[in-house]
Amino acid sequence: MSYTIWILLTATLVGINCGLVGTFLVLRKMSMLSDAISHSVLLGIVGAYMVSHQLQGVSMLIGALLVGLLTTFLVQLLHQKGVQSDAAIGVVFTCLFAIGVVLISLFADRVHLDVEHALMGEIAFVPWDVLEVGGRSIGPKAVWLLGFVLAINIFVIVFAYKELKISSFDSEMAITLGIPVVLIHYVLMGMLSLTTVASFDSVGAILVVAMLIVPSATAYLWTDRLSTMLICSAFIGVLASVIGYVGATAFNVSISGAIAVSTGVIFFVSLWIAPKHGLLRKWMKKSPA
Amino acid sequence: MNPLVVDQMTVAYDRQLVLEDVSFSVPEGKLVGIIGPNGAGKSTLMKAMLNFIPRMHGNVFVYGQPYEKQRHLVGYVPQRNSVDWDFPTNALDVVLMGRYGHIGLWKRPRKEDVEIAMQCLDKVGMLPYAKRQISQLSGGQQQRVFLARALAQDASIYLMDEPFVGVDAATEKAIIQLLNELKTRGKTVLVVHHDLQTVRDYFDYVLLLNKRVIAFGETERTFTYDHIQNTYGGKVTFLSATHIVG
Repeated sequence: MSYTIWILLTATLVGINCGLVGTFLVLRKMSMLSDAISHSVLLGIVGAYMVSHQLQGVSMLIGALLVGLLTTFLVQLLHQKGVQSDAAIGVVFTCLFAIGVVLISLFADRVHLDVEHALMGEIAFVPWDVLEVGGRSIGPKAVWLLGFVLAINIFVIVFAYKELKISSFDSEMAITLGIPVVLIHYVLMGMLSLTTVASFDSVGAILVVAMLIVPSATAYLWTDRLSTMLICSAFIGVLASVIGYVGATAFNVSISGAIAVSTGVIFFVSLWIAPKHGLLRKWMKKSPA
Repeated sequence: MNPLVVDQMTVAYDRQLVLEDVSFSVPEGKLVGIIGPNGAGKSTLMKAMLNFIPRMHGNVFVYGQPYEKQRHLVGYVPQRNSVDWDFPTNALDVVLMGRYGHIGLWKRPRKEDVEIAMQCLDKVGMLPYAKRQISQLSGGQQQRVFLARALAQDASIYLMDEPFVGVDAATEKAIIQLLNELKTRGKTVLVVHHDLQTVRDYFDYVLLLNKRVIAFGETERTFTYDHIQNTYGGKVTFLSATHIVG
C-alpha cells in the first residue's frame, strides 16, 4: 500500500482513539489529566526500554500503562493529602516526565528516542517502521498498535457504556447503586495511557492532548446525546487528520502540527455555527426575530 | 424493627468534628425532616450515612443489617447543583439511571426498565419532557427529574438533600404529593429541609441537628420553640410562636 494511505490510516486511527477517550475526559472535567499522562508515559517508555532493551509495541504499552496509572494514583493521593488538584497534577507529571528526560539522555547513545521526537512525534516516518511476519511486511507497527488499542477502547466503551455514563454524570449516585466507580476511573485512565502511547510515535506528547481534548470539546457543541458525542468526536478527529495531512503536503509543513491546527480550526468554526450551543444561535435567541 | 438506625455516628473534616455522636432510629413509613442552621452537618449526615465521606465512628443499620450490605434498599436524591446539567443526555436517560441497580452491572436496560422510567416521569408530570436535553429544563423540572429517578430506583428508604430549594410552586406541590405517596407505600423518607414554616405541614418526624442531635421525635412534640432555639443558638427571632407551635 502506498505511503500516503498508511499515513492517513495512522492519523485516522489516532483521531478515532483520541476522540472516544477524550469524550469522557471532557465530560468528567479531567482534560488536564490527559496533559499529565501524555507526558509521564515518556517515563514508562524509557522504563520499558531499560527492562526489555527494545522499543517494541507490547513492552511499551505495559510501561505506559503502569506509569499512567501511577500518575493517576499519585495525583489522587496528593489531592487527598490536601494539595489542590491542579497543583497535584502539575507536581506529579513534571516530576515523572523529568525523570524520563534524564533517563533518555543517559541512554541517548544506545536508544532511538529523543526528547524532541517524544514531544512532537513524526508521523512522516511511520510507514518505514513496518511489522514483519515470516519475512513479509504486513504494514507499519504504529497502525497495528493503534488498531489493537482501538479494539480495547471500543470493547470497554460498549461493555461498560452505562457504567461510564452514570459515573461521569453523577458519581455519588453511581456509588449508591453499587457501581465500581473507582475501578471505572482507573480503567479509563488505563485506556488514556494506552491511547497516548499508541499515538505517541505519530503525534507526540503535546499534540496528542490536542487530539484528545479539542475534537471532544467540539463534539460537545454539536450534540445533546452521549452516544452521538462519541461518534461525532471520533469523526471530527478523523476529519482533522485528513484536512491536516492534505494541508501539510500542500504547504510542506509538519503533518502532526497541521493536524492539531485543524482540530483548532474546526473547534472555532463550530463555536460559531453549532446548532444548539453555538454563539450565533445564542445571539439569535436573545434578539427577538 | 425500625428500617433505619443511625448509631453513634461521628464525622470529622481535618480533625474538626462536624458531627458528634449522632444517633436516631426512624420507624417505617415516616416522613422525617432534618432541620438545622447552615453548617449544622445536615448534608454531611446524609453523605456519611451513604459512605461518600468516611465516618470516624458509628454505624448505619438498614432493616437490621449494616448499610453496606443493604445499599440497594436506599435511594439518594442529591442537591440539584451537585451534577453538571450540561451533560449530553435527556430526562428519560437520567431517570433510567435509577434502574441501573436493578439491571445489574455491564447489562443493557431492558424494555420494561424504559417503561418504568416513563411511568416515573409521568408521576412527576414530566412525561412531555422525556426527550428534552436536561440543560433545557427549569430548576424545578430538573428537581422533578431527580425525584423520578429516585422513584425508578424503587428503594425502601430515601434520603433527599434539599429537594425544595429553588423550585417553583408547581414543583413544590408535586414533591409533597410524591412524598405522601411514598409514605402510603410504606417507604421511609428523610428530607433535609430549610423552611421552618412548613415543617409542621410536611413531616411526621423531625431531627433537629446542630453537629449533635438537639432533638428527635414526632413533629407534634419535638418541633417546639425551645428545641428550635437550642438548634439555631437562639437566633430564630423572626418567627412568631404561632408558626412553630401552630
